[in-house]
Amino acid sequence: MRYSALSLVRQGLAGQTGWPQAWRSPSPRSVYDAVIVGGGGHGLATAYYLAKNHPRRRIAVLEKGWLGGGNTGRNTTIVRSNYFFPESAAIYDFALRLYEGLSQDLDYNIMLSQRGILMMGHSEHDMELMTRSVNAMLLNGIDVELLDAAQVRAEVPLLNFEPGARYEIHGGFTQRRGGIARHDAVAWGYARAASALGVDIIQGCEVTGFDIVDGRVAGVRTGLGRIAAGSVGLCAAGHSGVLAGMAGFTLPIQSYALQAMVSEPVKPVLDTVVMSAATGMYVSQSDKGELVFGAGLDLYPSYAQRGNLPVERDVIAGMLEMFPAFRRLKLLRAWAGLVDVCWDYSPIIGPAPVGGMYLNCGWGTGGFKAIPAGGWMLAHLLATGRHHPISAPFDLGRFTSGRLIDEAAGAGIAH
Amino acid sequence: MLRLPCPYCGERDEPEFRFAGEPAVRPGSDVGDAVWAAYLYMRSNEKGPHREVWSHAGGCGQFFLLERDTVSHAVLRALRPGEAS
Amino acid sequence: MRRLAAGGAIDRTRPLGFIWEGRKLSGFAGDTIASALLANGIGVIGRSFKYHRPRGVYGAWTEEPNAIVDVALGARHDPNARASLVPLEAGMVVGGVNAWPNVRRDALGLIDLFHRFIPAGFYYKTFKSPSWGAFETRIRAMAGLGVMRPEPDRLLYDTRHVETDVLVVGGGAAGVAAARAAASAGLGVMLADDRAAWGGVLQAEGGVIDGMEAAAWAAAAVGEMRGATLLGRTTVFGAYDHNAFGLLEQRRDAAGGWAEERVWLVRARQVVLAAGAIERPLVFPGNDRPGIMSAAAVLQYVRHYAVLPGREVVIATNNDTAYATAAALVAAGASVTVADARPEAPGRDGLRVRAGCVPVGTGGRHGVKWVDLALRDALSNRERVRCDLLAISGGWSPSVHLHSQAGGTLRWDDAAAAFLPGVAREGWHLAGAVTGPVGLGAALGQGHAAGVAAAAALGRVVHVAPPETPARAVEAPIGAMWFVDVADRRQWIDFQNDVTLGDVALAARENYASVEHLKRYTTLGMANDQGKTSNINGIAALAAMTGRAIGEVGTTTFRPPYVPVSLGALAGMRHGRLFAPIREVPAAADHLANGAVMREYGGWRRPAAYLRIGETVAAAIAREAASVRQGVGLFDGSSLGKIEVAGPDAAAFLNVMFYNEVANLKVGRLRYCLMLRETGVVFDDGVVARLAAERYLLSPSSSHTEGVLAMLRAWQQTEFPAMRVVFHDVTAAWATFAVSGPRAGVLVGRLSSDIDIGDGALPHMAVAEGVIEGLPGRIARVSFTGERGYEISVPARHGAAMWRHLLGLGEDVTLYGIEALSVLRAEKGFILIGTDTDGMTLPADLGITAPLRNKAVDFVGKRSLLTPDALRADRRQFVGVLPEDPGFVPAVGSHAMVDGRSVGWVTTSCHSPALGRSIGLGMIEGGRGRIGETMEIFHLGKTSRAVIGEACHFDRAGERLHG
Repeated sequence: MRYSALSLVRQGLAGQTGWPQAWRSPSPRSVYDAVIVGGGGHGLATAYYLAKNHPRRRIAVLEKGWLGGGNTGRNTTIVRSNYFFPESAAIYDFALRLYEGLSQDLDYNIMLSQRGILMMGHSEHDMELMTRSVNAMLLNGIDVELLDAAQVRAEVPLLNFEPGARYEIHGGFTQRRGGIARHDAVAWGYARAASALGVDIIQGCEVTGFDIVDGRVAGVRTGLGRIAAGSVGLCAAGHSGVLAGMAGFTLPIQSYALQAMVSEPVKPVLDTVVMSAATGMYVSQSDKGELVFGAGLDLYPSYAQRGNLPVERDVIAGMLEMFPAFRRLKLLRAWAGLVDVCWDYSPIIGPAPVGGMYLNCGWGTGGFKAIPAGGWMLAHLLATGRHHPISAPFDLGRFTSGRLIDEAAGAGIAH
Repeated sequence: MLRLPCPYCGERDEPEFRFAGEPAVRPGSDVGDAVWAAYLYMRSNEKGPHREVWSHAGGCGQFFLLERDTVSHAVLRALRPGEAS
Repeated sequence: MRRLAAGGAIDRTRPLGFIWEGRKLSGFAGDTIASALLANGIGVIGRSFKYHRPRGVYGAWTEEPNAIVDVALGARHDPNARASLVPLEAGMVVGGVNAWPNVRRDALGLIDLFHRFIPAGFYYKTFKSPSWGAFETRIRAMAGLGVMRPEPDRLLYDTRHVETDVLVVGGGAAGVAAARAAASAGLGVMLADDRAAWGGVLQAEGGVIDGMEAAAWAAAAVGEMRGATLLGRTTVFGAYDHNAFGLLEQRRDAAGGWAEERVWLVRARQVVLAAGAIERPLVFPGNDRPGIMSAAAVLQYVRHYAVLPGREVVIATNNDTAYATAAALVAAGASVTVADARPEAPGRDGLRVRAGCVPVGTGGRHGVKWVDLALRDALSNRERVRCDLLAISGGWSPSVHLHSQAGGTLRWDDAAAAFLPGVAREGWHLAGAVTGPVGLGAALGQGHAAGVAAAAALGRVVHVAPPETPARAVEAPIGAMWFVDVADRRQWIDFQNDVTLGDVALAARENYASVEHLKRYTTLGMANDQGKTSNINGIAALAAMTGRAIGEVGTTTFRPPYVPVSLGALAGMRHGRLFAPIREVPAAADHLANGAVMREYGGWRRPAAYLRIGETVAAAIAREAASVRQGVGLFDGSSLGKIEVAGPDAAAFLNVMFYNEVANLKVGRLRYCLMLRETGVVFDDGVVARLAAERYLLSPSSSHTEGVLAMLRAWQQTEFPAMRVVFHDVTAAWATFAVSGPRAGVLVGRLSSDIDIGDGALPHMAVAEGVIEGLPGRIARVSFTGERGYEISVPARHGAAMWRHLLGLGEDVTLYGIEALSVLRAEKGFILIGTDTDGMTLPADLGITAPLRNKAVDFVGKRSLLTPDALRADRRQFVGVLPEDPGFVPAVGSHAMVDGRSVGWVTTSCHSPALGRSIGLGMIEGGRGRIGETMEIFHLGKTSRAVIGEACHFDRAGERLHG
């Protein structure tokens, strides 16, 4: 049934009892042309674009928990494409453009809210690096604007412009097309649309191993039995290393916890997403009124999706330094995502060292904003065995050649 | 917030420590690109017991080996460099 | 008035006036805002989030889902306070939130009329065209609760870090018994309870313990504990790894307290969780009206606050605990009818008890006026009962939050109709109602046993006997009832977020069947109360709708904080200067006196430029830079890193650490060196001095000193543990001043020192130690300006005096700041790490290739300089940029373009006083091969033109170093 105001009214008159399932919950078949491991945003998007762009395939998504339960459902929902390198700009802007049409494409309101992303600069040096980034983005075709301090103040008057602020605000830059989207809705929208195209989404199905014959994947072993697969896509974010281990290879990935938090809801106080490199924090206000915020990683490997108080306190202190008016607001919930970080903070998309197996991982903290592109690229790989031009630079081989795509380095950070 | 055992100072809280990577054997500079890349970038990234190097940066400044469960965060043991492992 | 004439823990001698929605009301000391409003007969306190339905007080403590209010008092403003948790204070201005014009007559209440069209998740199905943005602004304005004030909050917050032997969470019967036992064993005990008084529910329920009135026993037992840390008004809000806990203490009424709130960060060896349980509502049609309250809360209001919330009372329950409420109401003069969902309801004297009877509907717009009761097996046969209070009890949910946060397991127990704690974490002991339905005797016994177990785990013995209480009649088991199976599905599960049974049914129908999907799709349990009253009812309803057992559905993850915690309290004192302290140079006060504009550079506050009267910063920079080239300038370089490296293997070790050869450096000489990461990237640069055969002094960049030291330590300890070498960061021990310019030697020559500064003894790139003006010190011949230069170092405590002394030596000295230095070094083409380089820069990109070709030993990063990417011909290279228009300074961060594509960027640019024109430095693809070419320079959509040249713009032969 198509979703619309009209269907809501019709169903309202019928007591909302006529809605079909948003997605089916089938039992797995014994064989699929393509099996996608991981039922988060990337896995579901991969399934959807594979079914839509490359039809006539039997496709399954295997999810060990509940769909959308990984980083898709735990992130701070920011979407943007303000990246330094042309390679990064190409893939993230591809994602953002798909996001811009996604509610219509999926017939599911993902609540894309293009309220802009504002990155602050706290010194002349920050502003110089920002200028370099802004010029790079403009040349990459990304819509960004460099702002001076007065313009920043006009956009976000609540920012700390008091004399004696620890981090003076010298200016910033904004991407107006950036913003936030409803994270769960992205997963659910893709799931519903993929399911409607015949994709089997199998929740509660943990992958326990791979059948590899002559260096090529032949099937997937799961808690629900063996499933033969023509090709396999891995979309398991922080658990990618575990799957790689099952398939007999290693990845240049370390998994870390990333803390995220929300405050109690208040009436609108913050119209745009604000980020500050000095404190590492980012904050936005959701449509429900909650401030949603986070900062850097817990700097040790972890598969625990638990909050960590010292890091939370750092994040909060950083945010309050930017927004002293938020001090009296209350923390409502804190949690952690499990992010898969490559050395260069760029993703890995491309063939795995095992034939017929393809990777979509290493997004680190940037996975949510890339979901449509990650799915599109992996679908292309699964269907054709070859890179889409946009995904080619993100091949695993870049670590051997040394041709990294290091956005932190591009932003001037030597690490 | 972790509680970690520095082999020199005893148990201290997480903010005193820095994670310093997985232990790795440094190849000579005559190895091929792939071996060097593996040394620089590849990670065991174990889910479960995990061998790590930490430094008690905010304390004695010493580096030590830690075996830690990356799911439960339970500390399995801490060793000084060179101690039997 | 609904205040009882006697009883309760309020202080009738201390009336407190306050404002509610513009009306002057009065309560007493000991009231919460909620109890004071109830005492004043205020029924409607808030509106629900989605449908804007009128809501009254439901609970009496942290479980309260409805009574969100705005509270202002002096400097304090809480936009989303929960009325049940805020102690009343005189002068408080309290108002409702999310309603217009007020909570009683809220225009948005009209939304409720359209409820059938806006079920759970309706927004996912509509508002798609033309775009969400077309609808969002209006929906956003309707969402949110309270209104935050834009002024910065000025309240103070405190933080404490402590370790304790035993942390006891909860100061009720079980917690006090546990703490008392553990304390008797000589252990350090920390006892925390979110109430001001000890005893928990004993305060309201009463009882006899060790022959005393129960609450008095609790107070006495707590008073007798030796060495215990007693934290009243303190909520343990989170359990973290390795028995770390976060506690929030309300400090407003604390003696000598200056902080509004204090966060305790506690590490506990043993933990006793005695957090009690929270009563669930019954789920039935129309169960959300004002005047429908938790039965346990009603008991507290009657007994603790001496408030009678209603006189004609119906109690609807499925368990025995509500009968205590009934007894208290009867004693307070109310008429009570009990509808007990259990067919075998226990009879009670003086009560009308209707066995097997459940509520199936209610009425009353601003307060409940009637309830329809029906037999559970004949639901259509309704009887209307008038009432002004409907107290409901759907059973109890143990407060397993902390147990679960810490990784403890849960199991569904049908008999208790609750998720009970399963396996506890090591060192955890659970006692009291958190373990399931227990009477007072069992709670005391479990508490004492927990104290004994905690003591035993720490090798101690308990020296008190378990507390005794008279045996009570065994309670009848609960008769689980999760909702009423009638057509009307407007049965509220989550009051604040307006999640009804119908919403759960919709979620189940649409296959949002995971409990996490249910939560996210319907927003069940995501309001301020974080589902304390709603989660279990929601899970049970989902189980019924999807044909699963409740245990099979399971719970969502319990996440901290247990109660909302103000962000300010979590940050504590970490704001302003204390957020990230800035380092000061020893002569900071003199710089200010000398007219310096101070700015932060890499964590240090340093002079940017010294302004003369009426001078702009730009003019000062130009003047300072020009003066250095003409006379002599003085610069405070004290923030420059200084790391001493000593030991028999110092030379060999540093030779591995640095890109450049340093082992062959002669004693008394300096060398400019790069330090690389193992990835080959230039991490830092600086001058390395060899002070003695086995003693070096490194000068890392100001902002990289800690990083360099960490790298030295890491490599020595992990790769070269056999090397005998030690490191010492002496940055803060020395003040260092650079004297630079053609007349620098004249100035330095006037210092009284045993160091021979003649060019023969101290040529460029040499260093000598000696006595300077009676102080142990050092003079180095080094230059970052391209002029003859000396660096004079003396102990930091004499830094300011030496600065003044240098100024008083009779020469016409120009003080110059970082900005002028940056111009001077730009003229010379000297790189600034982090400005001209970034995380991709390799040494060859800077034109420094000799060490890779010549150095015999392996060094950090060497192999990475030989990868295919490192050897690419089109890497960005460090070059000079000369704008075609000598008056135009291209912005730093401008890009160089070829065919519309970026081929690099300008890293430094300025007006050069020495050259009388604009100059720049940049990193350009294949730049060294493009020298002499003219390129397009792009900045914010505009282009200019510049010629690529040598990085060194001035004095390429370097003659001025010796001039």
